[in-house]
This record gives sequence, structure tokens and C-alpha cells, in this order.
Amino acid sequence: MFEILEKISLNPTVTLMKIYAPRVAKKAEAGQFIILRTDEDGERIPLTVADYDRQNGTVTIIFQIVGATTEKLNHLNQGDCLHDFAGPLGRATETDGLKKVAVVGGGVGCAIAYPVAKKLSNLGVEVHSVVGFRNKDLVILEDEFRNVSSKFVLMSDDGSVGEKGLVTDALRKLIESGEKYDRVITIGPLIMMKFVCQLTKEFDVPTVASMNPIMIDGTGMCGGCRLTVGGQTKFACVDGPEFDGHLIDFDEAMARGAMYRPFERNAHDKVCNLFKKECE
Amino acid sequence: MPNMSLEKNKMPVQEPDVRNKNFSEVALGYTEQQALDEAQRCLNCKNKPCVSGCPVQIDIPAFIAETAKGNFEQAYKIISESSSLPAVCGRVCPQENQCECKCIRGKKGEPVGIGRLERFVADRHNALCDTPPEKPVSNGHKCAVIGSGPSGLACAGDLAKKGYDVTVFEALHTAGGVLSYGIPEFRLPKNIVQREIENLKSLGVKIETNTIVGKSVSIDELMNDEGFEAVFIGSGAGLPRFMNIKGENLNGVYSANEFLTRINLMKAYKPDSDTPVKAGTKAVIVGGGNVAMDSARCARRLGAETYIVYRRTEKELPARAEEIEHAKEEGIVFQFLTNPVEIKSDEKGWVKSIVCQKMQLSEPDASGRAKPVPIPDAFVEIDCDCVIMSIGTSPNPLIKNTTDGLDTQKWGGIIADEDGLTSKTAVYAGGDAVTGAATVILAMGAGKKSAQAIDEYIKNK
Repeated sequence: MFEILEKISLNPTVTLMKIYAPRVAKKAEAGQFIILRTDEDGERIPLTVADYDRQNGTVTIIFQIVGATTEKLNHLNQGDCLHDFAGPLGRATETDGLKKVAVVGGGVGCAIAYPVAKKLSNLGVEVHSVVGFRNKDLVILEDEFRNVSSKFVLMSDDGSVGEKGLVTDALRKLIESGEKYDRVITIGPLIMMKFVCQLTKEFDVPTVASMNPIMIDGTGMCGGCRLTVGGQTKFACVDGPEFDGHLIDFDEAMARGAMYRPFERNAHDKVCNLFKKECE
Repeated sequence: MPNMSLEKNKMPVQEPDVRNKNFSEVALGYTEQQALDEAQRCLNCKNKPCVSGCPVQIDIPAFIAETAKGNFEQAYKIISESSSLPAVCGRVCPQENQCECKCIRGKKGEPVGIGRLERFVADRHNALCDTPPEKPVSNGHKCAVIGSGPSGLACAGDLAKKGYDVTVFEALHTAGGVLSYGIPEFRLPKNIVQREIENLKSLGVKIETNTIVGKSVSIDELMNDEGFEAVFIGSGAGLPRFMNIKGENLNGVYSANEFLTRINLMKAYKPDSDTPVKAGTKAVIVGGGNVAMDSARCARRLGAETYIVYRRTEKELPARAEEIEHAKEEGIVFQFLTNPVEIKSDEKGWVKSIVCQKMQLSEPDASGRAKPVPIPDAFVEIDCDCVIMSIGTSPNPLIKNTTDGLDTQKWGGIIADEDGLTSKTAVYAGGDAVTGAATVILAMGAGKKSAQAIDEYIKNK
């Protein structure tokens, strides 16, 4: 069993948990993910490693409450245990030879972008971070990003915090002002990553996007996480989760991501009703 | 005097129209009376041709003789000497190509129902005997087994019986490998698999689930840091193949692995499951093996009108005769000499139809089967909203990619000698990870062989 050692609410829909999982903590690297189940009948969901502590054997996850499983997960507290916690899975972020990188995160994707920014910063890479949220209530990890970035731009859809606009607006400004990046690393909603990649293609800046498709096992067995990269089918779990953003078929990835949406909504509602009944 | 009936005792089954709506076991098993009657059909041949057909050489006439006398527990003991998973093999072995095809009674009439008797004996033992096996005295040596499928379980069981301290590492959250995620409940109830695993635990075997060897820990770390003196790799052949045709990534297209894993491991067939699965209203399964039959029969049970498209003819179907028969009875339609070339999409990115080319058979190919060749300009389009690709699997490269000095074939299989020894000292491998996708019994046999070899290696170290 994998004990929850710490639980922090980062905003009304995003939660951070530190999980005791020594085998995973020993091996985890930025860019990799884990698969968890909350209970014996639960589904398997992948979540990216947000941080790890090899000495204390803990792995940090940050998740947004979007479906039945994340809702159930959020109802667990410090001292409770997760039924299953497996990993680390996927390939780590490649950092070789990088000198200057723009990390572009959106929404809860920032939870995955942050450890990448931190790792790069620790390696002496110059990091510019561009992060976007819908509004000021949803901002997470602002101080953390500031600490590891020589430039930090905060964007919001409604202008309630930082600058009003999209991360692509900010990134365009930076590139047009003469910033030369070895690589852009983008993590967030598919639609955001699609437009980030379109932008960087225009300026010919190599770009990596971190994909988080539906999967079951995470070891290459089911093929549910497949996506098209440069005309070839790849499995996000073993070939990724990071891919060359200029080659990803984002439209296909978005269609696949919506495959079970009605089911997920229904399942989420059912779980919420269940918790409501318990409270009454 | 033996029972000279030309026919086997029929296996009682759920009626097709009932069972194609539920996931309970199809075959119900012999009654005691049927088992006694069937056992008396065995001629107890001196040269035991059936044994030569068994990959693990169970003393078949001996266990059947005990069964005929009503000494069922003795019969179980005889099977157990050679097989680690009798209740499993009695259900899923392709007996018609193994023991039963060598049976003298099969020369005139049907062979003895060896598989059915094996199942009866194992089930009876499991139902009546609830004392778990005793934990053997420890010999102080540690062995690791990677993967908890048939080869891993067999290897772990035999090593534990010899006194080894065995830990089985399983990547998924439930042990059993293909027995848990692949073979459906209606063919192999999961409580039977769990029972076998509980028995192993009683023997002292530790099972560490959620541990992906190659990711969570490497083989070298297991040996150098965690004190395992030998390792057996039974990681199976779990990587699904696709056809690389247009439309294969559309919504509604599954690998058989994904479809079956959702249903069997994640219990998506239960209405309250957190894991979804969509067999649609009309499902097309591509392939002709046992996995294709399992996928089709699951889709049927989920309410889909179900088709199997296969590029050769019925004669070449690699699936077991019984599975094909059951599938037909359950209303699954076979389209032979038909090979998909494209999957078409509706405006929302969902499967709408599958376009197939008609084929004809020509000369035998490398596999010895007649080679299917396309008939020019002959296409059919089948409307469907679910496609399940069941065209085979290959070994997972995860361990190969993370283990220095482990040699593999070009197609990914681990290279191992007769005893399962790999190119790496003290590392053995067996089952589908070595041979490519094969049968439960062959994997089990390989696991047992390696257990023997590991024992000799450690004793002589």
C-alpha cells in the first residue's frame, strides 16, 4: 500500500499529494509518469511525476479533479493509502546539450512543466517560463517557477492575473524580441500545445510536447495511448510521453482524448452524488 | 472392461443463447458420473502415446486409471507431479493438438476427453480440499521471477517447493499475466487463477505487484543490490501488433490486448466498473486465433453484432476447434478470405466501416499454410462502429532495452538455451518472451524446466 504523506490543495480543483513509494522514488526522473488506482475496483490513471525525494522514498503528484478517479483521489487524506502506484514509466525528459529553453505550461500542465524547468535550471540551463491559466484563482506553482526561471511570464485568459492573453502571445513576443531558444518544451491542454507547436514551427524552434493520452497498463501492452508522430504510430507510454511537437498529429490526439468523455462525465457525476450522500 | 463408446462424454455447457449475454463460464464441467464413465474409455496403453503429446509429460493413463477407480485425490496428485496449473490447463490447453490427438481411441471415434478429465480432477480437488500446501523448509537462497503469467507461476512454484525464497515481480496490479488480463472469465474464471496464486503464496512465494522490472528496478539491481542469485524472465509477449492500415487510430479501434484488458483485468463488463469499454453495435474482429475468438465472444456478450474477418479459410484458422465452435453457436459471423485494407471514419473521428479486400489461397508459405493473395479490385465494405485488431503480439522490449548483456532475436524474443539459460549468467527465460506468442502449457513447461536448471546452477555454484 502506498501512503499519502502529505496533501495540499493548490487551488479549488488542483491537489498535490506526496506518496510513499520508495521503488518509484528511487528511479523517477522529470518527464516520467506513474499509474495509480485509488481502490480495488478503481480504474488505472496515468499522472506525471511532479517531484520526487529519493532519500525519503516519496513521489509527488499533482492532479486536477476532472473525472471519477481524480474525484475519489481527492477524497483521500493524509494517512490514507492508494491501492496501487506503479512506475516510473515512459522516458525522462532529454536535456543533453541544452543551453536556453522556453518552458510553456498551461493549467494543470504546469505541474508537469515545473519539474522539467527545475531540472533544467539545476543543470545550468537558462530557463524562460511562460505559464497560462484561465483566471487568478487557478494559478499554481508561481513562486516555484519564478525560482527556477530567469524570465517568467504569467498569462491569464481573463486578465485577472499577469497579462491578459494566451501563452502563444507571450511566446511570440519573446521570440520576436530576439530570444533564441535551443528548445521549447510545452505541456498543457492539447489545443494549447497544438498552437504552441504551430508558432515555433513558424520560427523553426525545435519543440517537444508532453502527451498524456488515455492508457491502461503504461508498459506498451494495450496500445490505447497510440498517436501519430511523423506519420508513424507511436505508443506514448513507452516511446514518449514527450515527442517532437512539429510531427504530432494533434487533431487525432484530441479526437482520441474525447473517446470516453460521456462515460467519464457520467462516472464523475455518479461519484460526486455518492460523496454527497455520504455527507448528508 | 473399458467403455467402448466411440464418443466422448459431452461437456455440459450453458445454452448459446443464454451464455452470449453473460460472462459466466461456458463449460460447466463433468459430473462425477460422467468423469467415471469417460475415464473408463481409456485403454491404459502400455506405450502411453498421449504422454508424448503433453508438453509437460503428465502421466495421463495413470491419472485416468485412478479417476476410473474413483480415487480422484490420487489422480490429482499424479497430475500435480508434472503440472503446476491443472485447473487452468484442463480449460485452456489445445488438447486436440496435444495429448488427445495421440490417443489410440481417436483412430476410430473420438479420443478420450483427457482435458475434461483433468479439469474435473482439478476442480474436485479445489472444491473439497481447502488445506493450503505447506511451506517447504527454506534453503536460504533467493530467486526472482519476472512476470506472473503461466511460465513465471510454474517456475516460482517449483523453486518454492525446492525451498527457495522466491519473489515474483508483476508490472500490473493483479498477478496472473495473460490468465488475468487476457483469457476471459467465461473461459477461465478468475477465481481459479487466484486460487493457484494463493497456493503459491502458501508455499512462501512473495508477489510484488506494480513493479515494472526494467523501469522500477533493473535485473542487475535485483542481483547486485537485492541479493537474488538467479532470475527467471517470464515477461510474455504482450506487445500488440497493428496492420498499419489507414484509420487504425480512429476512435473505436482497439488492439485485442486493450479490449480484453479492459474487460478481464479492469472488469469493464460490469455495469458499475470505473473503466469504460465500447464494443459498439457492430464489431469487427480481425484475426483468427484464440485471442480473436475471445475478443469476438466478449464483444458479443457486450451486445454487439459481431463479425470475424480472416484472410484465409476456416481450415487455416489457428484457434482451437472448440473456441470456433462456441463462437459460431453464439452467433458470431465469420467472413473468410477477407483482409482489411482501410478503416473509414465518421465526421467525429469514430469508426464507420472497414474496407476489406477479397483474397484467394495459393501455394503454402513459410508457415506451411496456403498463402492468401488479394483478388484485384474485389473489395467489400462492412459497416461497423468497433474494430478489434487481433493479429498477434510480440515480446515487450522493456526488459531487453534495460538489461545489458541480454541477447535477443531480431523480432524481440529473448535467446535462451534448452534449459532457459540466456546470454547472461544466472538469468533464465521462458514462455512467450522466448518463443513468441504460444500456449499456456508450453510456457508452463518452460518455467518448470528453468526452475530445475536454476536449482542445479545454484547448488553447483
